[in-house]
Amino acid sequence: MDQIRHKVAIVGAAETDDLGQLPHMSRLALHAQAAKNALDDAGISLGDVDGLLCAGAIPNEVAEYLGIQPRYIDGTSVGGCSFMIHVRHAVAAIMAGYCDVALVTHGESGRSGVDAPRGGSASSPGGQYEAPFAIGGAPTTFSIPVLRHFHEYGTTKEHLAHIAAATRAWANLNPMAMMGSHRRAPERGGGPITPQDVLNSRMICYPFNLLDCCVVADGGGALVLVSEERAKDYAKDPVYVLGAGEAAAHWMVSQMRDHTTADGYRIAGEAAYKSAGLGPQDIDHCMFYDAFTFTPLMAAEDLGFVPKGEGGPFFAETKTGPDGEVIYKSGPGGDFPMNTNGGGLSYCHTGMYGMFAIIESVRQLRGECGDRQVPDVNVSMAHGPGGMFASAGTLILANA
Amino acid sequence: MADYAGRLPVATPESKPYWDGLKEHKLMLPTCDDCGPHFYPRPFCPMPDCFNWDIKWTQASGKGKVHTFVISHQPIPPYNSEDNAPPYVIAVIELEEGPRMMSNLIIDDPYQTTVDMDVEIVFDDVTDEVTLPKFKPV
Repeated sequence: MDQIRHKVAIVGAAETDDLGQLPHMSRLALHAQAAKNALDDAGISLGDVDGLLCAGAIPNEVAEYLGIQPRYIDGTSVGGCSFMIHVRHAVAAIMAGYCDVALVTHGESGRSGVDAPRGGSASSPGGQYEAPFAIGGAPTTFSIPVLRHFHEYGTTKEHLAHIAAATRAWANLNPMAMMGSHRRAPERGGGPITPQDVLNSRMICYPFNLLDCCVVADGGGALVLVSEERAKDYAKDPVYVLGAGEAAAHWMVSQMRDHTTADGYRIAGEAAYKSAGLGPQDIDHCMFYDAFTFTPLMAAEDLGFVPKGEGGPFFAETKTGPDGEVIYKSGPGGDFPMNTNGGGLSYCHTGMYGMFAIIESVRQLRGECGDRQVPDVNVSMAHGPGGMFASAGTLILANA
Repeated sequence: MADYAGRLPVATPESKPYWDGLKEHKLMLPTCDDCGPHFYPRPFCPMPDCFNWDIKWTQASGKGKVHTFVISHQPIPPYNSEDNAPPYVIAVIELEEGPRMMSNLIIDDPYQTTVDMDVEIVFDDVTDEVTLPKFKPV
């Protein structure tokens, strides 16, 4: 399993020029702009790309749109973690010689809906066995496991609210974050929030209030990967893939084997640790996909950072800073720096957020994060689900 | 009933006995002689070590428990009219026979729902063609 360790590096990573409300850009234009920015970040030309991996689009659509004819393609499109899985597949493809320069793209008009395909067949399992019960997107389905976790382990809404407050504190340090103080005025809901603000916000789908839910945005992101041998030829310091894992556990949330454990997280996480030869104690920084406050809590438990059932009290632990300010466990200054871009909760969430989690891991490892830079980040984990804990992808990345 | 606003399932050849059963107010489950019933309907036993394609349809009791649930405050059809307004309960029901299925819980105050609450099936004839399996507290 350890043969993939340190063989391939991410040499380019970037978002689209802007994130948020971009009604002037279509799904494919978002893919293309993200690709340009990531290639510029690496100092590689589009003409050098011979491997293309994307989600939310057929690889041929993106290849044709960009005007390239890649000799390796992967259209794994299993939700938000597709890009973690793409990185894993790109590592294998580059090692096998299937391609030399792999481009991973994401573009989604999640808010404006410009060429955003929606809805499934009424004859699919989801169409027959879930849709008739008035499910309405992720807030009504990603929430399904939560009350079982509360019931089994005593987790509370107050626990979850601390994750939202901590993540917002990171957003306030990121000029790109949609809900951060730089971009959104307090009267429009931007800037610092407290756990009590989360509990006081409008109920969306119990147990999730508005501030337990991610933002809804347009945007894109892209990555460029090459072999370790070539990694130092480019503009930025390479970020090496040490370990990676993936899994498909179920599809419909009603069919999740155990609603208190994401089997996919465990399978993907174990593979990532094994290939990296590392464990949770070796990870300096975590990007845990946060479509909702509960999502990263499940990751912290199922990836071994905290025993099963103890995620609630873990994240709700606070300390007081030198100026009397509250320091959250996963927030700036806390012991467990997580979702340091401001997360899906407060930075950006297009629908398939995983790409942005990887980009932030890369930037933290490069030391590019300015006010929100976590000291001494040498190993970062980017992990996410696809669908409602249905699939999973885990990456362990390092700067040396 | 003709103007039912919610999303309607369309059966496949494999699931037709399930939907036909509901229309007759019977909850029919595909059942393997060795492993018992499963949900959702497939023409084989979805236990990886079994994968038996000899499936019989058996009638479930219609009794079960709320395994987990949410209370949606979203006006999603059919819960989008004055007499059928949110909040409403979306629940995963664990049937007495073991399998779990998504449904709605018919309950006056959604916030009285609890995990592991005993429930029984209610056959909701939403159109002339389609009956949805819903549940109510016992």
